[in-house]
Amino acid sequence: MRRVPLLVTFLSGAAIASLFFIPHHKAQAVNSKLLEWTLVVYAFALILGSLSLWMSHAKKVKKRAEGWPYSMVTLVALLAIPGLGIWKGVGAGSPVGMIYDTVNAPLASSMFALLAFVIASAAFRAFRARSAEATLLLLTAIIMMIGRVSIGELISANLPGITEWLLDVPNLAAKRAIAIGVGLGAVSTALKIILGIERSYLGRS
Amino acid sequence: MGWVEKLLSIDRRIIFLLVGAGVIVPLLLPVNLPVTVTPRVQAAYDAIDALPPGSRVLISMDYEPEIMAELMPMSIAVLRHCFRKHIQVVAMTLYPAGTGLGEHALDVASRAEGAVRNRDFVWLGYKSGFQVVMIGIGENLRGMYPVDFYGTPLDSIPMMRGVNTYAQLSMMINLSGSSAADYWIQFAQGRYHAPIVLGCTAVMATDYYPYLSSRQVLGLIGGMKGAAEYERLIDVFGDGRRGMDAQSLVHLIVVLLVVVGNAALFATRGGPGAPAARPGEAPPR
Repeated sequence: MRRVPLLVTFLSGAAIASLFFIPHHKAQAVNSKLLEWTLVVYAFALILGSLSLWMSHAKKVKKRAEGWPYSMVTLVALLAIPGLGIWKGVGAGSPVGMIYDTVNAPLASSMFALLAFVIASAAFRAFRARSAEATLLLLTAIIMMIGRVSIGELISANLPGITEWLLDVPNLAAKRAIAIGVGLGAVSTALKIILGIERSYLGRS
Repeated sequence: MGWVEKLLSIDRRIIFLLVGAGVIVPLLLPVNLPVTVTPRVQAAYDAIDALPPGSRVLISMDYEPEIMAELMPMSIAVLRHCFRKHIQVVAMTLYPAGTGLGEHALDVASRAEGAVRNRDFVWLGYKSGFQVVMIGIGENLRGMYPVDFYGTPLDSIPMMRGVNTYAQLSMMINLSGSSAADYWIQFAQGRYHAPIVLGCTAVMATDYYPYLSSRQVLGLIGGMKGAAEYERLIDVFGDGRRGMDAQSLVHLIVVLLVVVGNAALFATRGGPGAPAARPGEAPPR
């Protein structure tokens, strides 16, 4: 029985990899169909995730654990928002649309905006020229931070040019090297899984 | 405690106040700092500008509210450019929370340029499954989107007549804050050879430079700076250019803080060889 998932993995992996290189429309139709099946997996993962979220937060509320009111908010939102979406729709002007505009969007933006404050504080305390490499990093960061914004041009007309060179030469070379390394690593890992050499996804080594 | 020690143990709320002021003041009192257009943004503009009127482009706005500060001005600027050039836009998103944002960007740009829904643009809304959607558009757009976001069948929308794959679209423009951009390059460009222009966050931009130099991506608009450059190219003073004043000042504050922090450390410890300051050594009060 243990060979069945290995066989399914081999056939699926080999088929998807081969179909990528076959431009014929029939092959692409098969490929589309296979990829559509991933939506079924997403759907089941969504159900599983929602159940897991419900159980985890319901347990906290039941036990009155620390922060349980937040869990209550999560549970109410988990029920109310999909319910409202099914009942009233999700377009602009609908209750879900209003919740999105007045709660979700400002909260998500605010969370991300806090990064500016945290980074400024962390940079002041931890960004130190402690070695030659750290000094090089620090100088590059300073040139990039100033040269990539409008005020950099006012400080020195050469700064934007220096930042362009940093991006186009050292950065591009490093990015290419990383991309090639990641690509080769991904191919090697995929081959190991397709050929059944790597089996940890089965739950046992 | 000497002044250097006092400086090193400065209350972090003072730093927060500095950053807060650095963001708020330029937004309230814009100074319109100069914006130089970089070759990557110029290339994106030129690629779109070269399309003849009546061309159709696919724009996927794949981002959520947390990065809307960077990508919303970019989306509005690109859409305004398309509408001004009478390029018809087929717009979509691959993120559920991107639906409201994409609709808003279309609303703002279409009002500004007098574009009309279903004549100048179509809003397809959200569809899940990155690769599935990208391959689906390559094979049969109507199979993936039989109706638009508002439930109108695509067959009854005049500007969608004859559009069913990438082959009938002159360009694919992806404005993304995630790995969606990688998939668009891999599938829309790699498999279906659709010309691609990319817009992304500033942090992501350097990841796509190799694609730009290999001509897999025709142009790249990176972050708020890229949006500000695009706004300058289309001669609009929007949120991108307004935001660059604030971003400039905050960058300057961060650089000054780093310089002051290092200078103070050298003054107390005697140079680059000295042990590094750790958060525990200068605890925030």
